[in-house]
Amino acid sequence: MDILSLFIIVPLLTVLALLFANDLKRARIIAMIGSILQLAMSVNLLFAYFKERAVNDDIMVFTRDLVWFKDFNIHYSVGVDGISVALLLLTSLVVLAGVFISWKMKELPKEFFISLIILSTGVYGFFISLDLFTMFVFFEIAVIPMFLLIGIWGSGPREYAAMKLTLMLMGASAILLVGILGIYFNSAADGGALTFNILEIAKVNIPVEAQKLFFPLTFIGFAVIGALFPFHTWSPDGHASAPTAVSMLHAGVLMKLGGYGVFRVAMYLLPEGTLHWSWFFIVLAAFGVIYGAFAAIRQTDLKYINAYSSVSHLGLVLFALLMLNKTAWNGAILQSLSHGFMTALFFALIGMIYGRTHTRDVTKLGGLLKVIPFISATYVIAGLASLGLPGFSGFVAEMNIFVGAFEHAELPYRIATIFAISAIVVTAVYILRVVGIMLMGPVKNESFLAMEKVTWYEKTGILLMLLPIIGIGVAPLWLSEMILKSIQPFIQGVL
Amino acid sequence: MEIDTFLLLRQEISLLAIALLLLIVEIFISENKKSLVIPLVIFLFGVHTLLGFLPMEDGSLFGDMFRTNGMIHFFKNILNLGVLIVMLQAADWVKEKIVAQHRGTEFFILLFSSLLGIYFMVSSGDFLMFYLGLELSTLPLASLAAFEIFKMKSSEAGIKLILSSALASGISLFGISLLYATSGSIYFADIMGSITGNDLTILGMVLFFAGLAFKISLVPFHFWTADVYEGAPISIASYLSVISKGAAVFILMILLFTVLKPLMQYWENMIYALAILTMFIGNLFALRQQNMKRFLAFSSIAQAGFILLGLITGTQLGTATVVYFVLIYIFSNLAAFGVVQSISLQTGKENMKDYEGLYRTNPKLSLVMMLGLFSLAGIPPVAGFFGKFFLFTAAASKGYYLLVFLAVVNVTIALYYYLLVIRAMFLRTSEEAIPFFKNKIFMRLGLIITVVGILLLGVYSPVYDYIYALSATFN
Repeated sequence: MDILSLFIIVPLLTVLALLFANDLKRARIIAMIGSILQLAMSVNLLFAYFKERAVNDDIMVFTRDLVWFKDFNIHYSVGVDGISVALLLLTSLVVLAGVFISWKMKELPKEFFISLIILSTGVYGFFISLDLFTMFVFFEIAVIPMFLLIGIWGSGPREYAAMKLTLMLMGASAILLVGILGIYFNSAADGGALTFNILEIAKVNIPVEAQKLFFPLTFIGFAVIGALFPFHTWSPDGHASAPTAVSMLHAGVLMKLGGYGVFRVAMYLLPEGTLHWSWFFIVLAAFGVIYGAFAAIRQTDLKYINAYSSVSHLGLVLFALLMLNKTAWNGAILQSLSHGFMTALFFALIGMIYGRTHTRDVTKLGGLLKVIPFISATYVIAGLASLGLPGFSGFVAEMNIFVGAFEHAELPYRIATIFAISAIVVTAVYILRVVGIMLMGPVKNESFLAMEKVTWYEKTGILLMLLPIIGIGVAPLWLSEMILKSIQPFIQGVL
Repeated sequence: MEIDTFLLLRQEISLLAIALLLLIVEIFISENKKSLVIPLVIFLFGVHTLLGFLPMEDGSLFGDMFRTNGMIHFFKNILNLGVLIVMLQAADWVKEKIVAQHRGTEFFILLFSSLLGIYFMVSSGDFLMFYLGLELSTLPLASLAAFEIFKMKSSEAGIKLILSSALASGISLFGISLLYATSGSIYFADIMGSITGNDLTILGMVLFFAGLAFKISLVPFHFWTADVYEGAPISIASYLSVISKGAAVFILMILLFTVLKPLMQYWENMIYALAILTMFIGNLFALRQQNMKRFLAFSSIAQAGFILLGLITGTQLGTATVVYFVLIYIFSNLAAFGVVQSISLQTGKENMKDYEGLYRTNPKLSLVMMLGLFSLAGIPPVAGFFGKFFLFTAAASKGYYLLVFLAVVNVTIALYYYLLVIRAMFLRTSEEAIPFFKNKIFMRLGLIITVVGILLLGVYSPVYDYIYALSATFN
């Protein structure tokens, strides 16, 4: 068994084991063991990757290729580069943290953990796939459990949010399907056989007209899950209604599928289309950055604040990707990782605060630093990382993005970049405002004084997110070197 | 004629033998043992289905009126499998409701007659045999649709089916006569050689097409569908929606891809328009259905629209994807129909609202329903996804990207209403949820087969490879 297929097999075995777990205690233990295994696998993969990379110069390593449907030339084809390794690590950390955060999931625990693990299987599969068909299959597998996760265990208008999220994301993936078919049927433009394999297609010169036609379909298909303005509307409602672990996984991992897909498929395979359309999507992305930030200011619901903040931060990822240079791309990937940890941490903390105070309304909260210091202090740290303070992961990412963006000297690029940068200031406003109102000041409500202290499983969940944020912030070089090396073949493909 | 050439008729002969045997059994079996007929029939038909998988040679009989080849043989096997599932799911209903009226055996005899007609229809080598098969498959169905004679809606369904299908086959016959008039022959092989695109031929083709479009319930020939499905016994509704529709799709495909191939430039446009109409109207009407049978009726209309995306190609890829889709569709739709049937039999409830909170009381049944609906909606990793993806690939291979785009829009619309059922079952809780019940052995078997099919047919790729290899016979 190869090292990558384990990322699909182990979660599936976990799901199988969960089928026989009849109560919460067994279900969470099995889910925990499963996700610890996943984490161990991705850490192992990281080290194996470094070892392999030293001797192997291929674009993708640890590849494995099995024919699936031979008449369509569909393969089960997997392989990783530095970017996917980093994202796999992110995924397994967030999943494990999510399991810890859901330690007290009372309602239908077995089903909850099964859906959660199926979702993570989809995400793993997506990040390791080299075949468009397989990738698409995993993409949809990752999306569909959200319907049940939000619909059954959510709060507030959960049915509405679940339906909206599922339909928008599945609708996007349907559009993506047309794009993929378009790429597939042009993959023989140089006289070879039709193929779904990404690396093979990248060598083919797809006709420019076809690229112009299919780029927007592919781009939008992926970018909707990356919360591209104006297709972001599923995200605030979805996040607000979802249970804590699902918000974490969704904002932390699932939304990264968008940027990854755009990078790996849309831009890599359709370079001419990218050049043709990039101005249009840059405008949308830059607008999303600003819009998300301002929308976050107006919210009083903690989850909505973070959901809009995600729209803003992930808009920055798409924005950076469209800048088409190495520095910006490095920043985009780093931002994906950093935002993944940060936002998962935020949602975990919000879940804890909500579990204790039964409200997410900022105006009703106050003085939490005095009653739950650990959670509150972590919230401050996450906030500072989010607004890009040096020493945390957010700074490294945003720095790279804006340096990369400024490499374009043309006026329209400059304007868009300046616009996007200004969002940093707005970010500081909504983060610090929440910190000020919610954490500082006098304790607003007598009942807060009797609040439960933070438990061991909550602490574990928090630390799993917090350590990478600080780690990336303090020592970003190894990571960005790994990413830069992996970007190299892609940047050559596009430019 | 040698005796072993009759082996080409093996499937037909054994089915006919079962039907005749049932007639004899009906006479000799004593009144209080009538319900024993059901396991007997299922056993016999099971053997018949198994024997069907033995290999058969290609060939033709009766001066090319009847022909068979690998693909046709395989398709009959698919239909057998479908009918077997239908019978398993119907067994309890027949036992409880129909045997008491002394009509248990009759039900199966009529069902087999219809299936026999379908055999002849898909095996036909000329228009005469085709028409005989078509009629033989439809007439018993009308009486089956009216089988619950004490229910008004059932009688209504029977009358509606017989009247509208008589009209449809009349139109089809008129079309055939025009084709005969222009080409001078009713044999497919002769027509294929002499057909030209003159106006009369095209008119003949269009009229002929309309007759089959009625059976497939393409828009605008779909008006009978919802009412008949709602009124007819559920097993007959499921038979109509998978077996009879699947067979009609198959024969239509054979005719379009071989006999009418020279007219491709005409029927391409026709199918293009019908595909769009069928998908949109089927889906939009399904959105607001509350009765599960009507709901599945409109969903099956929309599914027929998707099938047209494979039919429009006229290539081997098209043949393979259509047959593959029909195979998967049989399993998915029967899973959904099976759950509706078992709930209806146990509680008499048929509305979506009654399904609220079903997961908490009957988790296994809800999971079967969810798998079936996911497969119909085309969500991986269940089989329906592969069926749909390949159909779209077939359409895209001919450059119909706009059509594929409209189809994926429809997939999203369809997803909404399939999710509505899942929402009712999983997301909601209800005081009046259907209480826990255990299905009897036959129903359980019927559901398990569908689930296995849904889970395996897509992921296990040799199935598709096999079909693709077979479909080289046409085109």
